[in-house]
Amino acid sequence: MSPLDDFLLRAVLAGIGVALVAGPLGCFVVWRRMAYFGDATAHAALIGVTLALATELPVVAGVALAALAMALTVSLATGRTYAMDTMLGVAAHGALAAGLVALSLIPGVRVDLMGYLFGDILAVSRSDLLVIWAGGALILALLIWRWRGLLLATLNADLAAAAGIVAARERLLLTVALALLVAVALKVVGALLITAMLIVPAAAARAFAPTPEAMALVAAGIGAAASAGGLAASFRLDSPAGPSIVVAAVVLLLLANGIAAVVGRGGGSGGAGRG
Amino acid sequence: MSAPLVSAKELGVTLGGHPVLRGVDIAVEAGEIVTIVGPNGSGKSTLLRLLIGAERASTGEVRRAPGLRIGYVPQRLAIDHTMPLTVARFLGLAGGGREEREHALQRVGIAGLGGRQMIDLSGGQLQRALLAHALLHRPQLLVLDEAAQGLDQPGVARFYRLIEELRAEMGCGVLMVSHDLHVVMSASDRVICLNGHVCCEGTPTVVSAAPEYRALFGFGTEGALALYRHEHDHAHAEGAPGHHHHPADAEA
Repeated sequence: MSPLDDFLLRAVLAGIGVALVAGPLGCFVVWRRMAYFGDATAHAALIGVTLALATELPVVAGVALAALAMALTVSLATGRTYAMDTMLGVAAHGALAAGLVALSLIPGVRVDLMGYLFGDILAVSRSDLLVIWAGGALILALLIWRWRGLLLATLNADLAAAAGIVAARERLLLTVALALLVAVALKVVGALLITAMLIVPAAAARAFAPTPEAMALVAAGIGAAASAGGLAASFRLDSPAGPSIVVAAVVLLLLANGIAAVVGRGGGSGGAGRG
Repeated sequence: MSAPLVSAKELGVTLGGHPVLRGVDIAVEAGEIVTIVGPNGSGKSTLLRLLIGAERASTGEVRRAPGLRIGYVPQRLAIDHTMPLTVARFLGLAGGGREEREHALQRVGIAGLGGRQMIDLSGGQLQRALLAHALLHRPQLLVLDEAAQGLDQPGVARFYRLIEELRAEMGCGVLMVSHDLHVVMSASDRVICLNGHVCCEGTPTVVSAAPEYRALFGFGTEGALALYRHEHDHAHAEGAPGHHHHPADAEA
C-alpha cells in the first residue's frame, strides 16, 4: 500500500505544492499591486471549466486557456477608458457571473459548483497531484530563470531597459505564470480563494524579510504551514478545507504583524508596520 | 572622432497623439559630458528613454554601439513599501561582487549603508545609491535624468563634481538632463537646448549666448529662475528646420 493512498496525505501534498509556488508568485502580485488582476484571472476559471466540459478538454487545460485569455485581455485593455480598478472589477465579476451562467447551460452535466468555487482538496487524485507539482515546478522554474529581470522590471521599467531587459516581456511572463497557477490551484482552494493564497502569505512574509528573495521564501513557508494547519483544523472541526487553509493563512498574517510590531519597535530592521 | 556610443538621426516620437519630439539629431561620444536642458514638457526625459531603449521612436532610429553598457540613473525610484530591498541587494541587481559593491558605495559617498532598506534612505542617499547601481554596470555611457533633484545647493555642486571625477576615472560618456543650469553650464562639454526639437547646441558659453536659449531661459544669472516661469514657448516659422548649430566663434 502506497502512502499516497491516504486522501489526507494527498491533500496535504497538494496544498503544500500550491503554497510553495503561490508564495513567491504572490510576492510579485503584492509588489506590483496586481491583487485585482489576480481576481479577474482566477474568476475566469469557471469559463474555462465550461469550455473543458463542452469540448472534452482536460479541465486544467480549459482553465489555463481561459485564465490566460482573460489575463491578456485585461492587461491590453487597462487604462483606456476606465480606471484600472473599475476595469478589473468589471472583468472579475463579469467573468464569474458569465462562468456560472455558462456552466448551468451545459446540458446533462452535474457540476460540483462548490468544488470549483472553494476547492475540493480532499478529493485530490494522484493525477491531480501530478498536475499540481509538475505545473508548480514549471512556474517556479520560470520565476527563478527570470528572477533578476522580473525584479528590475518591477522596480522601474527604465532601469530595466538600460540593463537590456524589456519590462513588458517580464510582465507577460508573470501573466502566463498567474494563469498557470490558477489552473493548478483550482482544485485546492477554488476560483474564489486563489488570490488569497497569492497575497496573504506574501503579505505575512513582508514583516520579516529584508530582501525580495527572503520574502519569497518566507511566503512559501507560511503558505505551506497554512495549508497543513488549515487541513488539520478542517479535519478536526469538519470545516471546508479550502476556506480553512485561507483562514489559517490570515491567522499567520495577523500573528506575523503582531510579532513584528513587538519586535520591530527599536529594532528598525525595516518593513513591518510601515505604510 | 571615434564612433559615437549612442546616436540618433531625425528622431521623432508621438505619445498619445501628441508629438513630443521631432527631428532630433544627437550623438554622445566616449569621455564627453553632454547635458540636455529645456523647459518642463520639452521631451528631455523622453529623449533619454528613447536613447536607452525604454521607449520606441515613431520616426528615425537610435544606434547604440554594439554591446554598449549603460548605467542609468532615473529621476526617482518609487519603491513600493511592500517590497523589502536593502541597498546591497539593490546594487546586486546590477551585478558585481561584494567588494565591488562596497567600493561603489564608497565611491559615491555612502559607504556603510549597504544594510539599510532603500525606503529608509534620504533623498540624497537614494540618488547616490542609484548612481552606485549605475556604476556597477561598468557603464561606457552614464545616463542621468535630473539626478541631483532634491539635493540642496552644495549637494548639487558636489554631485556634479563627482560625475566629472567618474568620467575622468572611467572614461565613460555622460548624458544628462538637468535643471541646475548654473552648475551644469560649467560641468558640461556640450549643451543641447531642447524644446520638442533641438533649439540650439554647442559649448556651454556658446549656448548660453544663443538667442534660442535666451528665449527659453532668460538672461545671465536670472536664467535659472526663468526656468520655473517658462510660459514662453518660442515659435518657429512653419517648415523652418528649428535647429541651429553655433560654431564657437559665432554670436560672440
